[in-house]
Amino acid sequence: MSLASISFKELRLDRVSRAFGSFTALNQIELVIGKGEFVALLGPSGCGKSTALNCIAGLLGTTGGGIYIDDKRIDQLKPEDRGFGMVFQNYALFPHMTVLQNVGFGLKMRGLPRAEIETRAQAALALVRLQGQADKLPGQLSGGQQQRVAIARAIVIEPPLVLMDEPLSNLDAKLRLEMRAEIRRIHNQLGATTIYVTHDQDEALSLADRIVVLRDGSIRQVGTPHELYESPLYLDVAEFMGFRNKVVGKVVRVANGVATISTEGRELTGRAMDALKPGDEAVLAARGDDVVEGASGGNAIQAVVETIEYRGREHVGTARTDTGMELVFHGPRNVELGSRISLEIDALRALVFAKAGAA
Amino acid sequence: MTVQAIHTRQREDVAPDRPSLRQRLANQGIDGVTLLILPAFLFVLGVFVYPFLYGLVLSFNPIEGDAFANYRQFFSDPYLYNTIGATLWLAVPVTLISGVLAVPIALRVRLLQRQRLLTTLLVLPITLGTVLVAEGLLNYLGAQGWFNRTLITIGLIDSPLRLTNNYWGVFVSLIITVFPFTFLLTLSYISGIDPALERAAATHGANSWQRFRYVMLPLLIPGLVVAACLTFVQAFSVFPSAVLLGAPSGPTRVISIAAAQAAFEEYNASKASAIAMIMAAVQLVVVAGLLGVRSMFYRGSTAGGKG
Repeated sequence: MSLASISFKELRLDRVSRAFGSFTALNQIELVIGKGEFVALLGPSGCGKSTALNCIAGLLGTTGGGIYIDDKRIDQLKPEDRGFGMVFQNYALFPHMTVLQNVGFGLKMRGLPRAEIETRAQAALALVRLQGQADKLPGQLSGGQQQRVAIARAIVIEPPLVLMDEPLSNLDAKLRLEMRAEIRRIHNQLGATTIYVTHDQDEALSLADRIVVLRDGSIRQVGTPHELYESPLYLDVAEFMGFRNKVVGKVVRVANGVATISTEGRELTGRAMDALKPGDEAVLAARGDDVVEGASGGNAIQAVVETIEYRGREHVGTARTDTGMELVFHGPRNVELGSRISLEIDALRALVFAKAGAA
Repeated sequence: MTVQAIHTRQREDVAPDRPSLRQRLANQGIDGVTLLILPAFLFVLGVFVYPFLYGLVLSFNPIEGDAFANYRQFFSDPYLYNTIGATLWLAVPVTLISGVLAVPIALRVRLLQRQRLLTTLLVLPITLGTVLVAEGLLNYLGAQGWFNRTLITIGLIDSPLRLTNNYWGVFVSLIITVFPFTFLLTLSYISGIDPALERAAATHGANSWQRFRYVMLPLLIPGLVVAACLTFVQAFSVFPSAVLLGAPSGPTRVISIAAAQAAFEEYNASKASAIAMIMAAVQLVVVAGLLGVRSMFYRGSTAGGKG
């Protein structure tokens, strides 16, 4: 089973739009996906990521723009003529067919000889480690196994493109981690070009070669997991990537890409992400991991502990500053609820954005 | 040591006796609420089971001859036994055609926004009742009715088609009265199939016919068979339209007419009961056959996975 035989270089979305009445679900999406790439479409619900996937699959028509594989325009084709594989959120296995028949479905529709269907379906089942389950009905399998069948069904046809629509969201937390590794392993083995829709940043970070962050039907940022994790270009992307702490203040000075803001009578520094000048309203964003209680360095802010949780190796809690900003922090020790603590913000990892509407 | 002693004593005091009767019944799913089926049970007993058994016994007590005289008479008189064929000749095509019409229409209606309007229109014939439909068709399809006059006016035919007082009149009115049942049942079965299954089939290369053939139809068959059973039983007991629109002594002399004649013209309740029993037996055979076919198909959930 090799997908290397499919000759295409790239999938290209050219200003793809989709409107439902007056509501624009997708707004002029431009994206080029190279062969063999694993791309995650990431965003909160309603951001248009599933709409984008359904447009690519052909289950939903576009209302503007075009979708191309190399130079061949495909957005006018029916879904059955596109030859993609798709994994659905609720698996969508055919309940009346055995596992083997489910996996062989796409091959049967392509009119392949029975013996070849059987051989290839068995090989796909082996790939997802479901040998020996071939004659069961989907209803007899667990959720994780059903999702493996769905993946086998999608890849057995050796599609140029595999589409995955939140395939792990119906699984419990432990199984989700397992299947995540499984999807990565299958991708490494086959090199199938994959578009993966998710609202879970951890999934996107761990699986994807490239992440596309969508918001309100538009692309906000495209980058490698590392780029998105370290340097989100916008505050909303940063929030989505785990920058839960936001400290609002006024810019004091900017030098060498480092911005210093003043808030509650203190000065805090972080990497400047926007063009800032002294006096601007700005937001300093930091992950909970980068706000530490019990450190003695500078770049700190005072707050009163509101909650604290034991997490084994550390404690994670929330605290409120004098002006009412809530901060998530972690620290090595348990602190009393209601006690006043000093929280140090990692200046190298904190990001300073212009305050929305003020820039 | 002391603690252990106390434990032992307690275990002796409170013998692990069997749970109470009430508890054991509850474990079997029987509790106070179960009593609510009593009225329905009595109703079925009094209005269905008793008359049925009464009729069965009555049919073996003919006015003259031995116990099987009525049955022997029925199966030796072509005027009587031919009614089975005549009734099947109406009921089977009507069932098949309703089913064949209902599936594609339901497949389409499932996707409509204004399902309710169409459903209401289709349910109307049920509420009108068979007699009204029959009377209406008598006028509409008659020699001077709109249907024939329209065809003559546009020049398709020269003389009126004979559509009443024969097989076709009964056929048409039966279709009108049973189709809504078939359709509504089919629609509910089709709506119960996870739409993601069709999408999955499409993305994996199935065209619309293949999607129907390999995904929708196999999942629909159990439902369609039940719909066919109900439609058939309804069509098989046709009476008013066979009398009003058909040729009650000719090709549409259905089995219920034979029973009615025995009961109200010959005043032979025993013979009428025998005919009714034969009618029930034929229906039972057909329904059992259909359910047998159904058991050969997948009958489980029509969802595509955990939802």
